[in-house]
Amino acid sequence: MAQPLAFILDVPETPGDQGSQEPSPYDESEVHDSFHQLIQEQSQWAAQEGLELQQREQEATGSGQQTLRRPEGTQSTATLRILASMPSRTIGRSRGAIISQYYSRTVQLRRRSSRPLLGNFVLSARPSLRLYDLELDPTAREEEEKQSLLVKELQSLAVAQRDHMLRGMPLSLAEKRSLREKSRTPRGKWRGQQGSGGVCSCCGRLRYACVLALHSLGLALLSGLQALTPWRYALKRIGGQFGSSVLSYFLFLKTLLAFNALLQLLLVAFIVGPQVAFPPALPGPAPICTGLELLTGAGCFTHTVMFYGHYGNATLNQPCGSPLDGSQCTPRAGGLPYNMPLAYLYTVGAGFFITCITLVYSMAHSFGESYRVGSTSGIHAITVFCSWDYKVTQKRASRLQQDNIRTRLKELLAEWQLRQSPRSVCGRLRQAAALGLAWLLCLGTALGCAVAIHVFSEFLIQSPEAAGQEAALLVLPLVVGLLNLGAPYLCRVLAALEPHDSPVLEVYVAICRNLILKLAILGTLCYHWLGRRVAVLQDQCWEDFVGQELYRFLVMDFVLMLLDTLFGELVWRIISEKKLKRRRKPEFDIARNVLELIYGQTLTWLGVLFSPLLPAVQIIKLLLVFYVKKTSLLANCQAPRRPWLASHMSTIFLTLLCFPAFLGAAIFLCYAVWQVKPSSTCGPFRTLDSMYEAGRVWVRYLEAAGPRVSWLPWVHRYLVENTFFVFLVSALLLAVIYLNIQVVRGQRRVICLLKEQISNEGEDKIFLINKLHSIYERKEREERSRVGTTEETAAPPTLLTDERDD
Amino acid sequence: KGGFEGKPIAENTDSSPLSTRAHRRFCELLPQEQRSVEQSLLAQVPFEQILSLPELKANPFKERICRVFSTSPTRDSLSFEDFLDLLSVFSDTATPDIKSHYAFRIFDFDDDGTLNREDLSRLVNCLTGEGEDTRLSASEMKQLIDNILEESDIDRDGTINLSEFQHVISRSPDFASSFKIVL
Repeated sequence: MAQPLAFILDVPETPGDQGSQEPSPYDESEVHDSFHQLIQEQSQWAAQEGLELQQREQEATGSGQQTLRRPEGTQSTATLRILASMPSRTIGRSRGAIISQYYSRTVQLRRRSSRPLLGNFVLSARPSLRLYDLELDPTAREEEEKQSLLVKELQSLAVAQRDHMLRGMPLSLAEKRSLREKSRTPRGKWRGQQGSGGVCSCCGRLRYACVLALHSLGLALLSGLQALTPWRYALKRIGGQFGSSVLSYFLFLKTLLAFNALLQLLLVAFIVGPQVAFPPALPGPAPICTGLELLTGAGCFTHTVMFYGHYGNATLNQPCGSPLDGSQCTPRAGGLPYNMPLAYLYTVGAGFFITCITLVYSMAHSFGESYRVGSTSGIHAITVFCSWDYKVTQKRASRLQQDNIRTRLKELLAEWQLRQSPRSVCGRLRQAAALGLAWLLCLGTALGCAVAIHVFSEFLIQSPEAAGQEAALLVLPLVVGLLNLGAPYLCRVLAALEPHDSPVLEVYVAICRNLILKLAILGTLCYHWLGRRVAVLQDQCWEDFVGQELYRFLVMDFVLMLLDTLFGELVWRIISEKKLKRRRKPEFDIARNVLELIYGQTLTWLGVLFSPLLPAVQIIKLLLVFYVKKTSLLANCQAPRRPWLASHMSTIFLTLLCFPAFLGAAIFLCYAVWQVKPSSTCGPFRTLDSMYEAGRVWVRYLEAAGPRVSWLPWVHRYLVENTFFVFLVSALLLAVIYLNIQVVRGQRRVICLLKEQISNEGEDKIFLINKLHSIYERKEREERSRVGTTEETAAPPTLLTDERDD
Repeated sequence: KGGFEGKPIAENTDSSPLSTRAHRRFCELLPQEQRSVEQSLLAQVPFEQILSLPELKANPFKERICRVFSTSPTRDSLSFEDFLDLLSVFSDTATPDIKSHYAFRIFDFDDDGTLNREDLSRLVNCLTGEGEDTRLSASEMKQLIDNILEESDIDRDGTINLSEFQHVISRSPDFASSFKIVL
């Protein structure tokens, strides 16, 4: 790979060189035949250096490595000049170095046989050890020559690659523009120059004007689209005042809106729309609408497209088969029959499937962006270099950010100190005991909440007098909502009592506990609905009831969130400012708010099967939540003290959304579709044993229809109903995951080896710098002593010239 | 300078919705008589005016940012090209390589091509605040800088050069999104 380079060290010669006795490194043309000779010379010099050898020994005993003998400030100016022109130091500063580095990269690019991936350029650190080395080239080319070489290389690339290369260069815009113009293929220019006379120049100018007009139109459209991005100014203001971590909450809210909009679109197009176009006969007179429907979902909302019970179980728009009782049947011209039960089942299934794919894709994408090999080490350097958020524009927010960073640095140093002096066994046992106790209490709280809800729901089932009133339907959602609000506060108090070494871990533990609590509550409720309510409401429309329950839970969640924002943030701020006279506003608790959003979204997903318009309710709720939270944030809160890693957070939010929330909802849906008998009085599946029967009925119909569609029943029997296929796919997935883990492990090992190699090179460098320094020091000493002796003895000039001639 | 004659701004720059907005903001900083298109492209705005922009006002690195992007011989003013450079490096379109390259130059307070202990201590002071009660103590600062060098100085020469800096930055996925100024 490497050709032997002639190292020519460009050191300015001083007049004392020729007179010195020992060979200087750049004069040496001999090759050492054996190391024995080298070691002898080394020890000779070492004996001469005497005192300096001792100093080096003292410094080296501690680490066993080479160290710079003197800090740079006291080194001679000649050494400093050489050090300043080292390639690793000039690459950051000099334009010529940047151009030569990118020239080499472009050459490497050209030499690869296949087109390389655009995102994978290797960071080549040392420009000195490459084939085309312009920095140490003895002929010392001018910058213009370097630039012309780079231009020539750029011309040989494809246009897209060239643009990508240019975009990645850290040069100023004017230079990039000149490089781009110079590297444009001369063919185009020549064609432009050719049309010099008459009509051709007119055409050329017209074409140029058209291209320019289109370009500006495109740009105007782009800036218009950017301005139309919803809430762009609001998000910028939030980011400017509170930083990226609070901003990630609002971005997560936007993501949830997108998911809901997608789902609702699908449902409206395939279920709600057709049913609205062909409304079934209503069972009785429609009840009068009082205001309570907005909270309970019952009353005049019951027999609308909002709930499952309203949907018909027949084929809509069916052309008449046999005319009943002799009446004439007018077939609608061009009407397509629409099988409602099938459409209902498959649309909900398709909606969940698309949501699943989108969620998993966003989660994987976000994980790919946020995970870096080795990102857990080097936390001090990463905090110092990467933690300042340049989006923050307010002075007060900037000061707050400084406070946060200072606190974080002090915490990191404290953690590091703690790690250096490990705790005694007694201390560790005590810590484990405290941690275990806190966890036990929190899990106990979650279990207690679940048991309380179970008991209360059983009580509601047993007491018939409460079932008559509509307002009594709100009691269960209210109780659940209050438990949901109160238990996390309790867990937070418990968490304050236990000792934690790492504040980041503390936050993750808090999220975990809150999540377990919500899962316990939702699990109990699901059992209550699908297990008990179905049994109790056998001859009524239990699906309507469950759909309405979920609607009630969603609305109550919203109301309680409003109250919590009002009291938790506004009133608390007023109290703390007026009564307690504290200047700190309440913090915006990101974890709790995000888990509230995830809880609401889980309720929506649980209820989609029974209430196709529930995503629309959730959309309205999310819009209101955005404005309420934004107003409250700007008026009452300050950024959280713990600086969050925004990219990790969005990955964690999406993971939490996907795994416990969506997976739970999908399991609920599967159980409801496969195992539960639909009610016989309402809904699209009223005559079937389970909702999935509709699909099976249709497949049997297709089988009977004829041999031409026989592949579909075959697919259904062998791929969908047969579990072997699912096992195969899961096994393949596991194999792919395992391979990826092994690849990452291998990469880590390679990184360790490379680091070792670099530190060895660094030792070489320090050795050479020390040698250089000692040479110049000796020269300066001799220079000084020579000047001293000439002053003393006033030697004749002939002697000096003799010495110089040597 | 020859490229500006008669051509609109759109032709001369890489990313143009940004440049039209930038030109508008730049012209607001100029005195009234210099606000024509041709004059504004040649004018130089002194640092005090640039530092009064709301996007830069609260940034502790604002002087370094201006100095890094300034191409005037006295390095105390920005032209429109420099301003556009600044905005494009801090925008979404700049690659993480470019951002880390310029971040290195901003943090290199003495402009010697590496981050030595002095640079690092000035950097930490900017991050924590310049006041007496907001600085880290001397022992904390020394410990912190020792830890930083331990973690990122791979070739053990006591300073952090550009490639080591870029190596540290590549381990942090947040850098590209936090090294952003939205106009």
